[in-house]
Amino acid sequence: MSAHAGAGKYLGRPMERVEDATLLAGRALFCDDQPTRPGTMHAAILRSPHPHAKILAIDTQAVLKRKGVKAVLTGKDIQAETDPFLIVLRKPMDQWALAVDRVRFVGEAVAVVVAEDRYIAEDALDDILVSYEPLPAVIGTMDATKPDAPLVHPLVGSNIPSTRHFTYGDPDKAFAEADKIVELTIDYPRNSQTPLEGYVVVADYRPDEKVFDVLSNFQGPFTVHPVMSKALRCKGPQLRLRSPAYSGGGFGTKQAMFPYIVLMCVASKKLGAPVKWVEDRWEHLTAAIAAPNRVIKAQAAVKKDGLVLGLRYEQFDDYGAYLRPPMPGPLYRQHGIMTGAYDVKNMTITNHVVMTNKTPSGMVRGFGGPQIYYSLERLMQRVAVELGLDPLDVMRRNLVPRGSFPYRAAAGALIESGDFQTAIANAAEEGGLADLKRRRDEARKQGRLYGIGYAAVVEPAQSNMGYLSTINTVEERHKAGPKGGNVAYTTVSVDALGGVSVTADSLPQGQGHATILAQIVADELGLHPHEITCNMERDTQRDPWSIATGNYSSRFSSSTAVSGQIAARKIRDKLARIAAQNLNVTPDKIEFANGKIFARDNPDDSIRFSRVAGTAHWSPSELPDGMPPGLSEIGVWSPPELEPPNDADQINTSLTYGFVFDFCGVEIDRDTGQVKIDKYVTMHDSGKLLNPLLADGQVYGAFGWGVGCALHEEFAYDKDGSFLSGTFADYLCPTACEVPEPIILHMESPSPLTPLGAKGIGEGNCMSTPVCLANAVADATGAKDLRLPLSPSKVAALIQGDEPPPPAGQAKAALPPMAGGRGLVGEGSTLVPAAPEAVWQTLIDPKSLAKVIPGCHSLDLVGPNRYRAVVSLGVGAVRGRFEASVALSDLEPPKSALLSGDLLGPLGTAAGQGKVTLVPEGGGTRVSYAYQVVVTGKAASIGGRLLDGATRLVVNQFFKRLVAQTQGGAPGGALFWDGIKRMLGIGS
Amino acid sequence: MPELKTIGRKSISFVLNGKPVVAEVEPRMLLSDFLRQELGRTDIHVGCEHGVCGACTIRFDGRPARSCLMFAVQADGHRVDTVESLATQEGALNDLQRAFRTHHGLQCGYCTPGILMSAEAYLEGHPDPSEAEVREMLSGHLCRCTGYVGMVRAILATAKARKDGKAAAE
Repeated sequence: MSAHAGAGKYLGRPMERVEDATLLAGRALFCDDQPTRPGTMHAAILRSPHPHAKILAIDTQAVLKRKGVKAVLTGKDIQAETDPFLIVLRKPMDQWALAVDRVRFVGEAVAVVVAEDRYIAEDALDDILVSYEPLPAVIGTMDATKPDAPLVHPLVGSNIPSTRHFTYGDPDKAFAEADKIVELTIDYPRNSQTPLEGYVVVADYRPDEKVFDVLSNFQGPFTVHPVMSKALRCKGPQLRLRSPAYSGGGFGTKQAMFPYIVLMCVASKKLGAPVKWVEDRWEHLTAAIAAPNRVIKAQAAVKKDGLVLGLRYEQFDDYGAYLRPPMPGPLYRQHGIMTGAYDVKNMTITNHVVMTNKTPSGMVRGFGGPQIYYSLERLMQRVAVELGLDPLDVMRRNLVPRGSFPYRAAAGALIESGDFQTAIANAAEEGGLADLKRRRDEARKQGRLYGIGYAAVVEPAQSNMGYLSTINTVEERHKAGPKGGNVAYTTVSVDALGGVSVTADSLPQGQGHATILAQIVADELGLHPHEITCNMERDTQRDPWSIATGNYSSRFSSSTAVSGQIAARKIRDKLARIAAQNLNVTPDKIEFANGKIFARDNPDDSIRFSRVAGTAHWSPSELPDGMPPGLSEIGVWSPPELEPPNDADQINTSLTYGFVFDFCGVEIDRDTGQVKIDKYVTMHDSGKLLNPLLADGQVYGAFGWGVGCALHEEFAYDKDGSFLSGTFADYLCPTACEVPEPIILHMESPSPLTPLGAKGIGEGNCMSTPVCLANAVADATGAKDLRLPLSPSKVAALIQGDEPPPPAGQAKAALPPMAGGRGLVGEGSTLVPAAPEAVWQTLIDPKSLAKVIPGCHSLDLVGPNRYRAVVSLGVGAVRGRFEASVALSDLEPPKSALLSGDLLGPLGTAAGQGKVTLVPEGGGTRVSYAYQVVVTGKAASIGGRLLDGATRLVVNQFFKRLVAQTQGGAPGGALFWDGIKRMLGIGS
Repeated sequence: MPELKTIGRKSISFVLNGKPVVAEVEPRMLLSDFLRQELGRTDIHVGCEHGVCGACTIRFDGRPARSCLMFAVQADGHRVDTVESLATQEGALNDLQRAFRTHHGLQCGYCTPGILMSAEAYLEGHPDPSEAEVREMLSGHLCRCTGYVGMVRAILATAKARKDGKAAAE
């Protein structure tokens, strides 16, 4: 073994990153920057405006006539070329890369156009005519569990495709012996860390080799690779996935792009050319992924002194419209550690998987942890409130006791090391808790709303890849065979001049893994980290297969980093044996430093590192007996502790378990309800820190997202299924003004289970920060039920009660209210210089009406007073072609009429009605109107703030044209003549 | 404002990072797409295409601007600068870029070029900003990785070093 155990010359130090020079110069090649073959075509995707509808027909005739369009694909093409994706549950819930027969969420991919460039492809989407039959949608998680709820997957017969019940210890006894049972229901919202770089896929089908060659920023690389190759009906190596070294953020979300990889593979095969697709922001927010929202009914059986005897959880985890592999992971990823930092032996857990008409859920940083700790730590706060105790005292009373590590938690987690009491004591001391309490008391004396929150979290890292088999019964698991483990690979190679290169399996998205690998390898080989070249690209056709490969569950520090050290040591041992022969010492006496190799007790007699490396390549005959030539070694790390779940349904969820303790002070503005973070302290025991600068970076980043989850971020849906958060102006990410700088504290309880002693650190604050802030708001307001995000309006409602109704006479309801979507109402009047009869005639004659409706391409009479029209309308920068049906009713010529109709197009749907009244006034006609419109689909998701204005604009245009039309000419004509006159210098 | 047809191409010329660019573009092509797809620039990124995230920020006649909210034809006759313009004469990272590295002001680095453009422009007009002012300036950008701490420190440290350097020089 090396003499470098523990911290080395570079490892353990706050080193600047080797990645940064390229990124800061703007020269990093992200996926969209990568070169593509000449002739690469570009795809655009048509998406469902409906949360739930049957697809009756798709007419693509017009699309292919467009210049530059090369191909169009619908669900039928996908059905012909692929098999449905495998799913974790054996239930009839088929899913494909494009919707087949039915759409189940707003944004679901329905068709693809491939064209010469993206502009042409996006334009061509307008020409695809899809006939839908809308179906009732189910959005609310608990609504979906009702017996009469619309079924998302009718063949399953229920919106709950899986329920499992777990018991640990003797919970009935615990609840019988309790002094009090504290209950809380949590409704955790949908959110995602939304990387700034969206999905990018370039697929190139190679027909001769029958290989799908894919360049993408998929974060796999092997996760769900079998799901894709099965769908494409090919063997694993025939689906070659290549990933660039630089990825613009991931946070788990870039796993969920696999349906698009399959989609572009099929498009490339059909077209016979490479096809590129770049997701836009609306697509990402609407249709990519969300962490599952979860309803948790939690109970704690407690004694008067705050001791928790038992816990009961019932969880309803909402996976949206499809269960995409590896879903329902978030429900099971942290199953073994459901008791958190507490020594609670008795517990029941009931897990329900729930389907709704929302975007499919997937992996997002924290992976189920934010939901779990939101319920557990809110519950602990409620225990304190209901027993009249201090929350921190209640937490301390229940912590896993000092000195009891390794500690086996009730559901199976093996917490290998730690000292939770000391971590909390140190945090309170170094973070100034006593001072914060004084601050709170002072603020309260002045009548201000101030609260303190706490949260304790056990942070699991490097997941047990058998975790998802916990969803199966013991019998099913026996039948399928045991699953566990988490294998890591790193390769270190040295060339004949001593140049060192490293490839590794972690596929980072900004975490700085290349830097840490360089530190590790440099320490082992006596070189400088800048002498180590790390290539972080991955290629599934060339690199070793491990399902754990990739950047998941904060695994790098305890897995890939370890395999890097193993590989470097193999190289080192080989070089040491060669050098020892030349230096006439035994290999155990050999040292590596400053590019030289020498005997420990005779450092002056050294050989250059490069020289020894050259021997390994050029002089096989000079090598020690039995040593193969060459210098390329693969390090494999597979910790034995990650055993499959046992027959008592216990699972050791992860290899390492860190500890996080946070406390914070918040002040709430009484007038606005805004929550201001006054102070935030976060203590981390993540074992040995490999690079403290980068470790803190992970904490700051997770904290920033935690603040977003607590106060700002939510994928919001209207009751009818319309998605309302389709832009970054609607899905609110916190900026530098909203994220304060937290105080980070560390202590180090090395993990005895990994050679580097390091645990994970990237996800702790995603779990601790949302609930810590919520607990502070609870402390400030006394509120029990808090639903994130704690936006000013929600907090204002908590402290001020519901908003009072508007004063009498302000609210007008000219028309009966309509349900769902973004509702718009308006009214007004205009004076038209024509008699009511002339105005009337214009409104009921299809030819003249066509000229009055803004953006109208055609208008046909389809029945008595019923019209079908094709119109172009826009909201903001987004325009679309709609099919409109318009009906006139309640006709009282020439006095009043009711117009009702609906619009259907790629931007969504609109349904509305308007009452038009004509009253003679001064030789003309006063046309008064009141309208009400409900908008759904893309228009609703992107244009919330713009819709009112856009609608007013259309209405104004309508009346302008009406004036022009009744004056005897089409407005276009009038404008044309105005223009001509202006050009000739006559008229106004 | 020249009259444009929606089809056909329009000839434009402008100065990019101090060098002349002459090109023919479709009037509807976004400046961000033009810089990336036609000129191969990798030092601006596209994050939202609706002007919120700031990843595509350039300097337009010196002022920070969202290139995703502009058409390429609008650059005609103007000066456009991207991160390349920050390099020192030797082609190395400038002091602001180096400070980002020292203070771990970036992780995935996707938002970084846009932030560098805004920060550089800001520091020219505000040589001695407070932390609150730096945060206010940064609020025009979204970063999802870092929690902003490192970049705030980097910008403040750069301002201080420039001020100290200037004082030392005087």
